[in-house]
Amino acid sequence: MGRLLNEKAADALMERLQEQYDVFAPRLFPGTGCYSDTDVVRYGQISSLSEIVWDKKSEYSFKETLLPISDTVFYFTEDEVKVPDAPRKRRLIFLRSCELCALKRLDGIYLKNGFADSYYERIREQADFVWMCCEESFASCFCASMGTNRPEQYEAFARFTDGKLYLEAEKGLLKELLEECGQDGFGEEASLNAVYPEENQEKIEIPESLPEDMASHELWKEYAGRCIGCGRCNFVCPTCTCFTMQDIFYKDNPKAGERRRVWASCQVDGYSDIAGGISFRKNQGERMRFKVLHKISDFKKRFGYTMCVGCGRCEDVCPEYISYLACIRKVNQAAKEARTNEQK
Amino acid sequence: MSRNEYIPFLSRIQKVIRHTKIEYTFRMTYKGEVKPGQFFEVSIPKYGEAPISVSGIGEDYVDLTIRKVGVVTNEIFENQEGQSLYMRGPYGNGFDPADYRGKELIVVAGGTGVSPVKGIIDYFGNHPEEVKALHVIAGFKSPKDILFREDIARWENQMELIVTVDASDEPGYRTGLVTKYIPDLQVSDIKSAAGIVVGPPVMMKFAAAELLKKGMSEEQIWISQERKMCCGLGKCGHCRMGSTYICLDGPVFNYTAGKALID
Repeated sequence: MGRLLNEKAADALMERLQEQYDVFAPRLFPGTGCYSDTDVVRYGQISSLSEIVWDKKSEYSFKETLLPISDTVFYFTEDEVKVPDAPRKRRLIFLRSCELCALKRLDGIYLKNGFADSYYERIREQADFVWMCCEESFASCFCASMGTNRPEQYEAFARFTDGKLYLEAEKGLLKELLEECGQDGFGEEASLNAVYPEENQEKIEIPESLPEDMASHELWKEYAGRCIGCGRCNFVCPTCTCFTMQDIFYKDNPKAGERRRVWASCQVDGYSDIAGGISFRKNQGERMRFKVLHKISDFKKRFGYTMCVGCGRCEDVCPEYISYLACIRKVNQAAKEARTNEQK
Repeated sequence: MSRNEYIPFLSRIQKVIRHTKIEYTFRMTYKGEVKPGQFFEVSIPKYGEAPISVSGIGEDYVDLTIRKVGVVTNEIFENQEGQSLYMRGPYGNGFDPADYRGKELIVVAGGTGVSPVKGIIDYFGNHPEEVKALHVIAGFKSPKDILFREDIARWENQMELIVTVDASDEPGYRTGLVTKYIPDLQVSDIKSAAGIVVGPPVMMKFAAAELLKKGMSEEQIWISQERKMCCGLGKCGHCRMGSTYICLDGPVFNYTAGKALID
């Protein structure tokens, strides 16, 4: 059982939530879109549940609620380093199914690939998640193909239907607060099912195995001429986790500063450069191959599940209209051809 | 809560050994387990961090041989004996002497590639009874680029050593690439020997090819890879090749795995 909340009831719940949580959800940032006078939907802190944007796919993923674009690792003075304090409040994060699935990928890198990352861990432990059910699929989504259209597990879910917010929690603080709202007469008791798109318009097949020479296949050459290496595909991706360390110092006190980690992109110049002027993937075609094969194959070899969650954001954001879906289809075709040739 | 691996410790510079104008060894105070071929992230706040491989190991120190080629390393070179640098590590798997013990060992290294393998050369140089024989071929661009001259003088008496430079205006130096000297190595039983090849990617490819030509199998060869690393902890992603993280799974690889890695 859950509760169906009108705006007033949702406000009452939010008031209670905010005593315990900073609440994050996809919301509108007016006037801060990519082009002048355009808006953007991305994740941010909300002060009212009515701010949640339900009818659009957020252009950026939820990952910045756990991994800030620029994250201070420590502050330094001449002979001291100090780690910034953890956020004081727990976080309640409203997110889509594909993103709950992406969370497992972030956990893979940040908690299970070598040492557990203490910065990610401390914010992750303070976070609770609410699955925002997609009433229908958005354009370019292919979550059904990736098996991420419904989360493997969830503790709470939300739906927005007929102007009302439905919330149901299996356990935890949200469950308690919803019960409290009921006792105080806010909202109506209801029982809705969690829904998810059974299929999307876009369908793809990820090849089970790739030919050994996939990396040197000529299909990658196309991207050498088309990709401009802006890195947007990485920045919108809920499963891209790369960062670069950066030291900065304060203008008014050059002896003090911060070491930060900032989001990095494997498509942007400098990503693989080492001392002495050596760089390992100079060509955008090679960089595309590096990214795409990670998403559909290399990550899986290490962790046992595919990295890409089929949100389609990279498809939406590319200024050169490079289609990731088309690329996967070409890879799939190449894999099929290689198998046929083998059988001959 | 897990330990914060990103916080560096201050380490005092015990000694600075100047090899060339742009390559110095910094002897850094460090007590703890460390293997040749592992690396530390060395940093100076304000300038940043750089991964540097361990080129020598002592009871209370590690040697870090640093090439002055970037923002961080330029700044490191401003520091003298008695001053301190920030470090964290060691990271990576490193070379394990057990892989080579009791065998005839051939080490082929080029330029700064000598650093990661120097600990292994030192170890078996000082413990000659632990290997059947030790052959070392070290290549540098020119006489002025030769690193570890003091160590080389000692190695002359400890092993079969060939130091070569690509080209030289000065007399008295062997010239030619390291690959030129591999075919003539006198190895008693190539099938039970072990090889270590470290250097620039192209050099490793051709040196390994020479060892294979000599009759070694891929399993008998080890290489060490150098890639960009911002964390050393399997997080930043820069060093990844396919499903392999050089910082976690390497930088030392058996050639069977190492040759399959694609950038």
